[in-house]
Amino acid sequence: MTTQTDPQTKLSAYAHPERLVSTDWLAEQLGDQSRSEGDLVVLESNEDVLLYDTGHIPGALKLDWHLDLNDQLSRDYVDGEQFARVMGERGIRRDTTVVIYGDKSNWWATYALWVMTLFGHEDVRILDGGRAKWVAEGREMTTEIRDVTPTDYPVIERDDRTIRAFQQDVVEHLGKPMVDVRSPGEFSGELLSMPDYPQEGAMRGGHIPGAKSVPWGRAANEDGTFKTREELEALYQQEQGLAPTDDVVAYCRIGERSSHTWFVLTHLLGFERVRNYDGSWTEWGNSVGVPVER
Amino acid sequence: MAGQFTASTRTDDLPEAMAELAGEFHELGQQERLQLLLELAGDLPDLPERYAGRLDEMEQVDECQSPVFLAVEVASDEARTVSIFLSAPPEAPTTRGFAGILHESLDGLGADEVLGVPDEAPFRFGLAEAVSPLRMRGMVGMLGRIKRQVRARTTIDERQ
Repeated sequence: MTTQTDPQTKLSAYAHPERLVSTDWLAEQLGDQSRSEGDLVVLESNEDVLLYDTGHIPGALKLDWHLDLNDQLSRDYVDGEQFARVMGERGIRRDTTVVIYGDKSNWWATYALWVMTLFGHEDVRILDGGRAKWVAEGREMTTEIRDVTPTDYPVIERDDRTIRAFQQDVVEHLGKPMVDVRSPGEFSGELLSMPDYPQEGAMRGGHIPGAKSVPWGRAANEDGTFKTREELEALYQQEQGLAPTDDVVAYCRIGERSSHTWFVLTHLLGFERVRNYDGSWTEWGNSVGVPVER
Repeated sequence: MAGQFTASTRTDDLPEAMAELAGEFHELGQQERLQLLLELAGDLPDLPERYAGRLDEMEQVDECQSPVFLAVEVASDEARTVSIFLSAPPEAPTTRGFAGILHESLDGLGADEVLGVPDEAPFRFGLAEAVSPLRMRGMVGMLGRIKRQVRARTTIDERQ
């Protein structure tokens, strides 16, 4: 556990250390008066849409995974124009450093980072430990929502080919490395009797044939921070036999927990080709004619 | 995305306190609705001593992703007055807010009035647009379980 006491040392061991920041680093940046508004924007992205309103990191703005990042009509992400509006309203420029944090061990923060990456926003980082760690350390929180000078964020076409997998891509991927990050019960197919979840249930339980079961939480410590590079290599590379050059697809139920694993494999371990299958089990388990394994 | 339910502004088939609260929400814009929901989250009373620390004796509302616990008591008076006890963590304010709406609307009503609340009542507060329809299922689940418990308890009473 000594690695955790020195976050800087811990971060520099990752493949892309620039993708993660410590609470110390963020507190220091926020105190820097010479910084201008659009250089650094902090976003909070939670499962609970009201949590931000109960108090947030000073200066942070809310980014809701569902209302801001999902299209409200079809099951898809916002398009380039909607994304430009969401970014512009928050005073984000194309060259802004964006730091995202959230609840639930940063599920929705990594989900937001993944969506921003679909639009090629270059400098997006995650606050290691998320909201829970900042709060646990007794750092400043506020309910005050700061004024924003809107920006004219460019309209960028979403890239769905590089880090996103659609169902057909997964069908073609069968036989290649795949990671199912859901709980063991969901993987085995036992946990599917969800009579009260009409919108998220699936007709079939189980997993995509050949997928390895690596629940997302194995990559996180109890305080929500990511495990060290050494621990992550032991998990994904030694135990699961994945290699950084592998073509990997990760999935869960709706693509949020697998964003966490996508972030770990891509940015912390430096895997070159990882795609998140956001349709995940709510699509696969309801589809006609696709193979299921139990 | 609202599943089998359609958002509605109808309130004439709701109990009085619920209709009033629904009316209050409808008078507000989206952002103010969230603020009212947050206030209701704050107003949710703590559990009385007989339930505090005994969550395992309460019913867990699985439709909520955060741990929500529910207990229902039905008095033996003529109206069979219903008391509702709900517990939701502060880090889940939306869920707490839903619990607050149901507590404020239904606690103290007679069993028949609670059982007469339409199952789609959670969609009458104009919240689906403010919090996304996807998140409404927690409140639908809570209401369903409250009614189920009231039904179970009144059925037993009738047998006695």
